[in-house]
Amino acid sequence: MSSFNSEKIAEIHRELHSKLPSEPALRVKALEGLLVEKGMIKSETIDAWIEHYTEEIGPKRGAHVVARSWLDAAFRDRLMSDAPSALDELGYLGHATGHLKAVENTPTIHNLVVCTLCSCYPFGVLGMAPNWYKTAAYRSRAVRDPRGVLAEFGVRIGDDVEVRVWDSTAELRYLVISERPQGTDGWDEAALTALVSRNSMIGTDRDLTPFVSGWTD
Amino acid sequence: MDGAHDLGGKQGFGPIEVETDFIAFHEPWQARGWAITRSTFRSDWTIDWWRHIRELIDPVNYLSRHYFDSWLQLQTAALIDSGALTMTEAVSGQAADLAPDADPMAPEAVVAIAAKAAYFDRPIDSAPAFNPGDTVRTRRMGAIGHCRLPAYAQGRSGQIHAYHGAHIFADDSARGDEHPEHIYSVVFEASELWPEAAGRRDRIYLDLWEPYLERA
Repeated sequence: MSSFNSEKIAEIHRELHSKLPSEPALRVKALEGLLVEKGMIKSETIDAWIEHYTEEIGPKRGAHVVARSWLDAAFRDRLMSDAPSALDELGYLGHATGHLKAVENTPTIHNLVVCTLCSCYPFGVLGMAPNWYKTAAYRSRAVRDPRGVLAEFGVRIGDDVEVRVWDSTAELRYLVISERPQGTDGWDEAALTALVSRNSMIGTDRDLTPFVSGWTD
Repeated sequence: MDGAHDLGGKQGFGPIEVETDFIAFHEPWQARGWAITRSTFRSDWTIDWWRHIRELIDPVNYLSRHYFDSWLQLQTAALIDSGALTMTEAVSGQAADLAPDADPMAPEAVVAIAAKAAYFDRPIDSAPAFNPGDTVRTRRMGAIGHCRLPAYAQGRSGQIHAYHGAHIFADDSARGDEHPEHIYSVVFEASELWPEAAGRRDRIYLDLWEPYLERA
């Protein structure tokens, strides 16, 4: 049974830190071998998780959700009022999406998502989070200097646009719905899905206008 | 707790290493370490206790280790604390015996487990104290243990943006006591939080439980 004792955990951390090798790859290998030997895990299960989160669960799911919301007003209404049920329609419900909220960008509003306290992220619909999302640099600055952060991602926000930063401090998770870019009338769902960047669904990308050679519209 | 994890508004961490392509895992050890955590979550833990264990990594380590390395540290410590592993086993890498409750997750189970969402809302018999539009002030103090009211938003004035029902209260759940409290999305003007933000039209939204809030 877990102790729920902070002092005990801090002591375990110190002991592990002083006794284990500093190279994480060595520690992972040793831990996996130990847990297999104890009968607590199977290496095939570890392989299965990695494969599933590499091949199946990723931002293409979220991109599909966004594209569908551009094409289907009734779906968009359901997404905005009850995002988990909208995800479920597409078979995308999963880890950390049970209390998902969709937030919309408009010409005068830009949304940005962060978790300043750890690394909360809607994994089931966006897959593994990017490295930068989990770094101290992003977590510290997104709430304090969101426009500076966005500029580092190449996103310039006009003074007429309000930036809304969502700090995921509880079990709610946020998915940013970008505006449908100009010049995409008549595009089908697959073509629109391909326009939706992973970063746009976190809020570190904004203008999804396609760059097409010979673009004339 | 006032730990190194509470990063909102801290300065000096430098530029962000921007990445636009989706790369699930950069290194094999990161993937395997992460998948081990997904396969060994125990029923005697709560998600909040688990998060708190990561916060308890000493600050120098917390800030300097790779993200997945801190997960590895967290999982090893949690398994030792639960009695699933001994310190001797973790250090030597040699099993002293078979785990008494060994019930390893099957590879075939992964897809179904990954498709399951967890829900933290619970029935509550009290009425919420606040309504959308109400002005509230956050508690001035942090907490000794796990707490999801960041330091940067303590003792600040904000407005109730939305009511989200009652969710398991993280602070108590981290001590093994699972009970719900009303939870709200609370919006703060940037200028209420940061000295340099006067006149900026930005807003910061946090999801905060009722015990963090008082009527302003």
